[in-house]
Formats: sequence, structure tokens, C-alpha cells
Amino acid sequence: MNLHIDDHLEQDVGVLKLSGEIDAYTAPQLKEKLLSLVEEKPNVEVDLLKVSYMDSTGLGVFISALKLSKEKGHEFKLVNLQENVYRLFNITGLNEVINIENTVEGEIS
Amino acid sequence: MKQAFDFVEMKVPAKSEFVGVLRLTISGLANRMGFSYEEIEDLKVATSEAITNAVNHAYYDEDTGEVTIGFGMYDDRIEIMIADRGGSFDLKEIREQIGPYNDGESSVEEMREGGFGLFLIDALMDKVEINNNHGVIVIMTKFLYENEVGQNGDQISTTQ
Repeated sequence: MNLHIDDHLEQDVGVLKLSGEIDAYTAPQLKEKLLSLVEEKPNVEVDLLKVSYMDSTGLGVFISALKLSKEKGHEFKLVNLQENVYRLFNITGLNEVINIENTVEGEIS
Repeated sequence: MKQAFDFVEMKVPAKSEFVGVLRLTISGLANRMGFSYEEIEDLKVATSEAITNAVNHAYYDEDTGEVTIGFGMYDDRIEIMIADRGGSFDLKEIREQIGPYNDGESSVEEMREGGFGLFLIDALMDKVEINNNHGVIVIMTKFLYENEVGQNGDQISTTQ
């Protein structure tokens, strides 16, 4: 029930690779890392391939990151979402405002 | 109207590190009852949201350091109760005081501080009720729709 955060650069794109669960316990550390990365890098990508669980605390973190990226004129996107994680963006309509690519295990693209 | 059911009650410290523990619990109970993978995911999110709300709520109240969670397992549904006060549930008393979830109520406004939490609970569960007289109590229900395999007795069931 932890979240592992790995952060590295891929051709000037700041990539945050997450693995584990995003909830009230793990969201604060994610928020801290993600916001400082969005602040610094004009292009940020969050890889959620290995995120098996997420709830509204995760949505909150990504909303903050989106707001900050708009302020800074930076690009921010989410990639490789599992079906159950993507579903929450879909239910809340956040898939319309957040840039999401490559969901896995489903036909949504 | 009496209906037999199994009841599991847990009390945990009002700290976010216990949300994951309760997620494992609901996952195990729902799996035992025969809920599908997708339904179990819904139950995990809804339960986590309600407990996160309770943990945040208890935070403002210095002397309430516990969250109480009750799982009522019926033949056709699971009822999950989450209270941000330490006391045990008096099921009958709670039933009498509970009202249907309503957008205009102040207790709901209070919980909305957490953003999408209550919205998700409402979207993922079949029924949500909130009581705000003594602390906040959320009761949420998910029905067990048996598939055809179940009707043919090909599924593990506790009913005889």
C-alpha cells in the first residue's frame, strides 16, 4: 500500500513513473514531487502503468498539476492508465480537461 | 421485518495510513460475497473515499481519534457504515436517524471540501445515506446482482 515514485528525464521531458497505490496516505508525497517537476520542466509526463489503485486524492493532485502547468504555460500529460484508474477520470469528466494518452487493457485511446 | 446478516465492525485510528488496510478488508469481504472484479474496485474506491472524509473530519475535532467502520453482509447486498466518532454502532438508532443523500444538505457541503470524494461514492454505490447528528455517519449500499452461473448453483454461496 505504498507508492514508489521514480523521476527521470527522457529527451527534455520530465517523466514521473509511479508504481503502487495513490490514496490519502501516498498523495501528499506525489503532490510535492509532481508540482516541483511541473514548475521546472516545460514538458511533464506521468506514467501510471503500474498504478493499481487510485481515488479522488489522486484526482486532486492531477488537478493541481494541471492548474500549475496552465499558469506556467507548460505541458502536462498522463500516460498508460489502467482501466480502473481511467474510469475515475471518465466518471468525473476530468478526461475532458486533462491530457491522457495510451490507456491500457481497454479500447479507449 | 427481520433479515439475517453477518456484521463485521472495525475501529481504526483516524490516520490516512489505515485507509489502505480497510481497502484490503472490503476487498476480502466483497470477494467472499461473490461481487465481480469491477464491483470490488467500486467498493474499494467508495470505502476509501468515505474513510478519507472521516479521517479529515476527525482531524478538526481533537478528541475524536478513531474511525468506526461496519460492514453488514446480506444475501443480496453489502452495507458499509463509516462513522468518524469512536463509539460503536447502535444499528437501530442509526437507522431511525438516517435520511437519504440530498444535494442541498449542509453535511454534504461539509464533505465536499475533499473535492470529488462524495461524488464518486454516489456514482459507484447503489444507495448513499448520510447522518450528521453526532459526528458524520455515511451508510452506503451495493447490491449483489447474481449472474446466471450463480442461479444454477455453480457459485459459492452461503445460503442453503
